[in-house]
Amino acid sequence: MTTETFKLGYNDIHDDVVRSIVKTGPKYYITLATAGSVTLLCFFFPWFYQLYYGIGAAGMNHPGVWGTYLASFIFWIGLSHSGTLLSCVLHLTNSSWRKAMYRSAEAMTLFSLVVAATYVMVHVGRPWFIHWAVPYPNQMELWPNFRSPLLFDVMAIATYITGSTIFIYMGSIPDFAAVRDRTSGWRNTMYTLLSLGWRGTDKEWHRLHWAYTFLAVLIIPLAVSVHSIVSWDFAMSIVPSLHQTIFAPYFVVGAIYSGTAGIVTVMFVLRKTMGFEQYITKLHFDNLGKLLLVLSLIWTYINGVELFTAWYSGTSEEYEALGYKLFGYYAWLYWEMILFCAVAPMLMFSTRFRTSFVPMLILSIAINIGMYTERFLIVATSLSRQYLPDAWGVYVPSLVEISIMVGSFALFTTLFLIFVKIFPSVSMYEVKETMATPKMEPAAPAAGSPA
Amino acid sequence: MSLFSRFMDGWRKYRKPGYYDEFDYHWTMTIDLDKCTGCEACVTACQAENNIPVVGEDEMAKGREMQWIRIERYWEGEYPNAKLSFIPMMCQHCDAAPCETVCPVGATYHNQDGLNAQIYNRCIGTRACAVYCPYEVRYFNYYDHEWDSPLEQQLNPDVTVRGKGVMEKCTFCIQRIRQAKDVAKDDDRRRVQDGEMQPACVQTCPTKALVFGDRKDHESQVYKSMNDPRNYRVLDELNTDSSVFYLKKVDA
Repeated sequence: MTTETFKLGYNDIHDDVVRSIVKTGPKYYITLATAGSVTLLCFFFPWFYQLYYGIGAAGMNHPGVWGTYLASFIFWIGLSHSGTLLSCVLHLTNSSWRKAMYRSAEAMTLFSLVVAATYVMVHVGRPWFIHWAVPYPNQMELWPNFRSPLLFDVMAIATYITGSTIFIYMGSIPDFAAVRDRTSGWRNTMYTLLSLGWRGTDKEWHRLHWAYTFLAVLIIPLAVSVHSIVSWDFAMSIVPSLHQTIFAPYFVVGAIYSGTAGIVTVMFVLRKTMGFEQYITKLHFDNLGKLLLVLSLIWTYINGVELFTAWYSGTSEEYEALGYKLFGYYAWLYWEMILFCAVAPMLMFSTRFRTSFVPMLILSIAINIGMYTERFLIVATSLSRQYLPDAWGVYVPSLVEISIMVGSFALFTTLFLIFVKIFPSVSMYEVKETMATPKMEPAAPAAGSPA
Repeated sequence: MSLFSRFMDGWRKYRKPGYYDEFDYHWTMTIDLDKCTGCEACVTACQAENNIPVVGEDEMAKGREMQWIRIERYWEGEYPNAKLSFIPMMCQHCDAAPCETVCPVGATYHNQDGLNAQIYNRCIGTRACAVYCPYEVRYFNYYDHEWDSPLEQQLNPDVTVRGKGVMEKCTFCIQRIRQAKDVAKDDDRRRVQDGEMQPACVQTCPTKALVFGDRKDHESQVYKSMNDPRNYRVLDELNTDSSVFYLKKVDA
């Protein structure tokens, strides 16, 4: 722990966090209004247009029947990966540096999943029948196809959303109680409800810790399985360059990689805008930088394996797909991805780089651009070169798709902006655990507020 | 039967491709490439029979043409010595179809006739089947298509007009198969006889390159044709166990 945190008292933390919820400047409203209107204009409007006229509004064709919608879906699922997963791993390994950042990381997970789930609706041709993919008992005794990797996907994501929601909510209960005791009016009513009558007794703390650890253990395999299953959407096909056993670990590593980069970005923004300079420090960036570096090395290795497997297969289809990936129509995107995700992260070998905020922000954004490209390439290049040369083709995203992609980031931002005003975005009680216990109780807050 | 054995029985049936111990019929097509002239009459016949939309120039340029059967052209060699070969390609009605396993809602499945059936009103448009299909013969309705007048007058009443967001493909003219089976039933016959019914493409083929029939009937024309020594199946190495047999063109 850096010395910076020790300068704070328990009350400072409460004040800072409650201030971040209660005190809302015009800057916040302007940002929220901007994000909200961009969401409406760039996400929902083109989507309704597409719903009305048909999915032809997107650039998909034959054979490129999957496009950026699916790429974005994987991207958002991937981005969701680090939050809760990282938080769980760090919780179980008792890494105290996690405590200041995990709440926002988990929120990232949740909202990425929400955006990803929305993308499924955007992707399918008839989203108004999407409930048919859910196994619910019905009069016609019609069930979904349990052999389908897409159905596994629906299940995995639904489970993951449920798990992450419970995890973030349960971890926030003591903080809701703390905010409840320091607010009035409608906020007090809301937090009273949200805190579920938390009083801060020993028994409650004991149960919370037990349940929290239990969920953490539960969520780690869940998170790994979710992206493995997403990868099976591709790997279970017989499309050359998709039909590879490396895909599950490839997707999981890619997901954690882009998710961790996303956390760096979000943390930088939170630190600057919410005034959390004392909570999110160089230490966090340093540690996350090390993690990112390791992930980038694994990711690079898996990419090498993917190329090698294609070459080693010795089949003409795989050769064609391999050549197309490296030197074909989308080759410039491939090399951009290699530059952003494999070469540039080497900078993080230097401690000075890892502890400087702005370069880390730029790198984290570059990594996510590269990772988005990766997802796009997985869909686009593989579908462009399949078995029958007559059905070879090129897919280029349309304006509607690009707009929805931009809009999805705005949607994510909007959700996050609403979140920071409802949830205490730094976990107060856990930050306090990392601090020295004060010698004397600070001026007692109002009676009946031990949190 | 105990609950367990009932479950296991159901499970085994479920695990079998097509869920059947035995097909009632096993519809099969053979295409003699030696006889095929590439005239595309089959393409047109299919278009008319199955209410396949004419997508128009712009959509065609985007690569969204819809042809349940298409003639694939392949060039070998450079211009002066160029050689053109072509092959009609349509849904191969694989008995181990990759598309069937991936559909989350089971909109594509194997029916009791060994056909790879597509249920339009169950389709939610994930397009996963088109990705999984190695023959690239599944076509997606990107829009609600319209037929220019008077073309809407010639729509086949036996075939659904598909709306936007639905996947479609060759059905081996399932409406004709159904009709033939109905007629056979009304005639107090148990089975449809060979040559009693033909899909539109087979009916139209001027050189009789296409032959259609029930593989289980060993007297049928298609059974003899598929056992021709020139027979092969496209992408057989993928073990899709397809129901369309091609007879190789033997160059003189």
